[in-house]
Amino acid sequence: MDEFSLYVLDITMNSVRAGAENIDVSLKEDGEWLTFTVKDNGCGMSAEQVRKLSDPFFTTRKTRKVGLGIPFLTMLAEMMGGHVTIRSTPAVNEETGEPDPDHGTVVESVFGRNHIDFIPLGDMVETVKTLIQGSPDVNFTYTHEMPGGKVELSCAQLKALLGDDIPLSNPEILGWIDGYLKEQYAEAEEK
Amino acid sequence: MKSFEELMAIKAKMQDKVAVRQAADNTIRVVVGMATCGIAAGARPVLNAFVEGVNEAGMAETVTVTQTGCIGICQYEPVVEVFEKDKEKTTYVKMTAEKAQEVIEKHIKGGKPVTEYTIGATKL
Repeated sequence: MDEFSLYVLDITMNSVRAGAENIDVSLKEDGEWLTFTVKDNGCGMSAEQVRKLSDPFFTTRKTRKVGLGIPFLTMLAEMMGGHVTIRSTPAVNEETGEPDPDHGTVVESVFGRNHIDFIPLGDMVETVKTLIQGSPDVNFTYTHEMPGGKVELSCAQLKALLGDDIPLSNPEILGWIDGYLKEQYAEAEEK
Repeated sequence: MKSFEELMAIKAKMQDKVAVRQAADNTIRVVVGMATCGIAAGARPVLNAFVEGVNEAGMAETVTVTQTGCIGICQYEPVVEVFEKDKEKTTYVKMTAEKAQEVIEKHIKGGKPVTEYTIGATKL
């Protein structure tokens, strides 16, 4: 994948497939580091599953035998002097067998911004729109903190304004989201 | 700055349409594979071309564009499946945004699948 925003799309799709209702995507550019975090309240994973995630030949899907999302992200992060940390709480406690209300997964990845292998950030607005188009019911939040300012979006806020009849995947709403994010980016980049 | 007032104006404009939308029988479903294999092969611009193209064609009421995971033919990604009522499924492989525009024009609007982009026309 040749732009960072595609990694963001791919890793966030994992949270969608974990059945999460709330997914927080954040990018933070701070000094020489870029931190990308996805936090969800999806089904979570057992300690064993988390351990196996970096193995490309581990996947829970049935359509193919390899799972490359996390290995790709890890490779990119490590190439740039960074790392990936995954914390997960499964929906059912492995020891007690009780449901765990705090289930979900956090994937935090750190990248060296000044590293020669740093790939272009790419079109983050397109990634956010693609996520919302595919899962209009999910409450995504998106935050991108840059030296010049902050870009923010909350799907829950938009839904509260729009009501139940108009899905966020509606092309006109996606068009509004596009403009809303692009204007925030333009403002942050001006500074 | 894009304002929330502007969003509310879109809402007001669309509320009249909602009743129609719910009554309309969606006859065509376009499904784009968006797993790691699809994304890495360039599925995002393909999806975007379908979403925007269908909207520009004024067909958003009858054509839905959705995403799916890995279909299992990763070497042919980006893969797009078109489902039409009472017709056989069409599977397009190695798609691009340009090919997507052609598919919208000839297949979605015109009703004739673009055979040269389908999996059947690809040497296995």
